[in-house]
Amino acid sequence: MITFTGVHKWFKNLHVLNNINLHVTSGEVLVVCGPSGSGKSTLIRTINQLEPINEGSLVVDGMDLSDKKTDINKLRAEVGFVFQQFNLYPHLSVISNITLAPMKIRNIPKKEAEEQAMLLLTRVGLAEKRDAYPSQLSGGQQQRVAIARALAMKPRIMLFDEPTSALDPEMIGEVLAVMKDLALSGMTMIVVTHEMGFAREVAHRVAFMADGILLEEATPEDFFLRPQHPRAQQFLRQLLTPMQAE
Amino acid sequence: MEPFLNFSVISDNFTYFMIGRFPHGPLGGVGLTLYLAVVSCILSFFGGMILGLFSISRFPIIRYPALAFINVVRGMPLLMVIFWMYFLLPALFGKVAENNTVIMALTLFTSAYMSRIVVAGIEGIPKGQTEAAISTGLASWQVMLYIVLPQGLRNMIPSFVNQFVSLIKDTSLAFIVGVSELTHVATQINNRTMAFPTEIFIFIAVIYFFLCYAFTSLSRWLEQRLSWSKAI
Repeated sequence: MITFTGVHKWFKNLHVLNNINLHVTSGEVLVVCGPSGSGKSTLIRTINQLEPINEGSLVVDGMDLSDKKTDINKLRAEVGFVFQQFNLYPHLSVISNITLAPMKIRNIPKKEAEEQAMLLLTRVGLAEKRDAYPSQLSGGQQQRVAIARALAMKPRIMLFDEPTSALDPEMIGEVLAVMKDLALSGMTMIVVTHEMGFAREVAHRVAFMADGILLEEATPEDFFLRPQHPRAQQFLRQLLTPMQAE
Repeated sequence: MEPFLNFSVISDNFTYFMIGRFPHGPLGGVGLTLYLAVVSCILSFFGGMILGLFSISRFPIIRYPALAFINVVRGMPLLMVIFWMYFLLPALFGKVAENNTVIMALTLFTSAYMSRIVVAGIEGIPKGQTEAAISTGLASWQVMLYIVLPQGLRNMIPSFVNQFVSLIKDTSLAFIVGVSELTHVATQINNRTMAFPTEIFIFIAVIYFFLCYAFTSLSRWLEQRLSWSKAI
């Protein structure tokens, strides 16, 4: 469903993606982790071309991103993206946040779009917030609305860029629960996260990145119990016992 | 002994100050000042919006002419733009009413300044908003129309108000080409009566002040009434 072949990307002199080869199949949940600055956010941002790649080939859902004839807007409509900072539209109510894209892109009538939005809001447990504005919601609620907004386009792939990193600890669970529910429904997902509990429980595969290089790919059991690369071992050690990190 | 200030000159000519010779002749005085200001204000809102959007266009063929126009107009005194329009428009289009040459001049001048306000308003919207919107598949013009401009406009309002208050006062320059707005009417009456310049110019100063003050108050009231103003 998503295939990276020899992908490179530079920010000026910084080699943020170095020869990435990665394949994600339909229905798979991949967790990407690694120290900050390792290029994991850039990696998933290339998939809907928020960041263009400089070299190599990237094929998403049959569409070749390096082909100039590919309709990028069409591709983006098939790929849902959830941001660390939620990025809800502050001037629109919750329901309008969700119905905007389906109404403008798919030309779905307002009534039908709102019915679908209510189903999604119910799914993320926020049906009663339909007329609230984003600023009236907690961080966890905003992120759940953002997930509903991404789902409203009925995407075939969902990308999550550190979806819980900006949240207070007591709100992380509600967002992860929604994501877990989504994973169990068979959605193809790539999740950049430091939530190792989520990775262990939900992911089919874990990818570890450092300095723009994909160092390790393994099942969650193998990755957490028998990490191969020294950088991965060090990363996991720091994650599990941060106070003792040197 | 004569009183120090004699405002009877105002009451004697009050209708003339307010509406000129209307309805038996052309509109003048405060009425014409308001007409010039309101029409130029509406036109330069759209002019500024279009110029602003053009000046940040992806296409150089649109961007550079817009930037050139903005910079040229901003480097000219308004009085000169008024003269330009007064002599240029009739040369190009035959007879053009003086009021319209002034409206054109005020519109071009104010649009150039408004365009920078529009650009600043657009650039003030966080990048995450655009990224979120294009991620759902919206085209860039839709992102501008539904996400960026509605939020940006709200931030632009105080600067717009500033610009429009300037515009109201700038209409007074129209007197130089013989358009009978408030300042022109005042100089006429002053020339006719000779004895009361202080009274006359105090009076029109007060009128300009109230016009501007009323506009500022109106826009503050509008700003608070925007339904989502409390939402952010």
